[in-house]
Amino acid sequence: MSLFALQGAVELGLAYSLLAIGLYISYRIVNVADLTVDGSFTLGAAACAVLAAGGHPLLGLAAALLCGALAGMVTAFLQTKMGIPSILAGILVMIGLYSVNLRVMGKPNVPLIGSETVFSLLSPVFAGGAKLIFTAALVAAIGFSVTAFFKTAIGLTIRATGDNEEMVRSSSINSDFTKMLGLSAANALVALSGAVIAEMQMFADANMGTGMVVIGLASIIIGETLLRRGGMARGILAAVAGSVLYRIIIAQVLEMGMPQSDLKLLSALIVALAIFLPTLSGRLRQQRRKREEKSHA
Amino acid sequence: MLEITGLSKTFGAGTVNERAALKNFSLRLEKGDFVTILGGNGAGKSTLFNLIAGSLLPDSGKILLDGRDITYLPEYRRASDIGRLFQDPLKGTSPSLTVEENLALAYGRGTRRGLLPAITKKDRAYFAGMLQPLGLGLENRMKTRMGLLSGGQRQAVTLMMATLVTPKLLLLDEHTAALDPTTAQKVLELTEKTVQRDRITTLMVTHNIASALKLGNRTIMMDNGALALELDPAKRAELTVSEVLALFWEREGKELDNDRILLAK
Repeated sequence: MSLFALQGAVELGLAYSLLAIGLYISYRIVNVADLTVDGSFTLGAAACAVLAAGGHPLLGLAAALLCGALAGMVTAFLQTKMGIPSILAGILVMIGLYSVNLRVMGKPNVPLIGSETVFSLLSPVFAGGAKLIFTAALVAAIGFSVTAFFKTAIGLTIRATGDNEEMVRSSSINSDFTKMLGLSAANALVALSGAVIAEMQMFADANMGTGMVVIGLASIIIGETLLRRGGMARGILAAVAGSVLYRIIIAQVLEMGMPQSDLKLLSALIVALAIFLPTLSGRLRQQRRKREEKSHA
Repeated sequence: MLEITGLSKTFGAGTVNERAALKNFSLRLEKGDFVTILGGNGAGKSTLFNLIAGSLLPDSGKILLDGRDITYLPEYRRASDIGRLFQDPLKGTSPSLTVEENLALAYGRGTRRGLLPAITKKDRAYFAGMLQPLGLGLENRMKTRMGLLSGGQRQAVTLMMATLVTPKLLLLDEHTAALDPTTAQKVLELTEKTVQRDRITTLMVTHNIASALKLGNRTIMMDNGALALELDPAKRAELTVSEVLALFWEREGKELDNDRILLAK
């Protein structure tokens, strides 16, 4: 892989790592497989693209955070107050958001060719390194604040909710509220990721969120395989590292001639295999034990 | 302190599975009362605790805690006044949080939780000082994940969590039943010490008649969703296990299977 291609993969990986951090919050900390992500990613991109096209690229990023948080709040409301199972709640919001996203953009896609983006604003200073430097700084800032947040008193209650909801309620904590906080934070980051991607690729599209859950999960799993599971800081670091590595793998595979349209199948396979691995090794161990017992008998 | 009047709860009302778990139950506790509760499976002890703690809401009746009507208060809101331990040591703690993080969570009970760091240096020293007398060496393992501790250690920490901020009422639901005898004894001693130290009004369910008679100042027996009898507080301590069983049968006017009431001695 050329250095140029590698840099592109790392930039993309960093931008998508915000999505992975968001998913880490919902999947690992709040302990909910939140499918809102496909919708909230696009929502962030759409809101940001519309504002960037109007000349406010920075405001677009902030708006994406806010919109994503709102989407997460709606999912949490469906789960906690309306009693809808978590997977279905996520699917419902995701589907609903498809229409919302089209309304936000007013058309199926918003090109940003010729509009200012955060990257074009920074390029006079950093030249070709603008994308890399901005995304790296943003991810570092977000990663640091997320880690710090989950060590605060409120953050602790969110982590405990995913762990043992019953105990949380008996510690005088409203677990509905902590779930809502967790899912809002998660989807805010997912939407921010969508916004950064939109500005990086110079367009937002109604379908750009498809499969984002799987990509996020793949990143987390790859990262955890590398770094093992541990505390908060390590989890966030794993999500970022996994996301970057995932993009490098993808870039490499594409370079080897795999058609772009097969990418989603590859992502799905990676996730399925990674989750299957512990089950497989357990089964193999059992079989080996059985065989040994037989040979002794 | 705790005033329960006419509390009833029926499960599956109107179906073939209809079962009255608690029938017109009344009980009054003064401040500092430590009441042990005996009763077989299905006597309504757990339902009673669930109604007091707010995990379930009653069909009728009233629960007053320190003069405040908590009958329909959401669980998390009354939790600031009520500490609760379950039989399952896994239920009381958060396994992926560290020991000190679990304690910090309990330490914040009843206060607003903000964006300040959850644990300060002062908290840490305070927790260590509280853990040290347990004699489990936990004060040196405060950064260990809770899930890595043994059942007895977890239950000891859970007891500490439930009483770190002194609750108005402590509910102990067979909290030593899942522990080995030695550990159970240790946790029971710890319970007694803590309850005495802070004069906590306590309700304790146990299947162990001997410890029910020895601990606390009152013993009641439940059967079939109702209060069967209360042992005379003055003579309670001298009663033997078989005398208690005889009393129970006499009162109920029926022979119960031994194991239906209680096992052990």
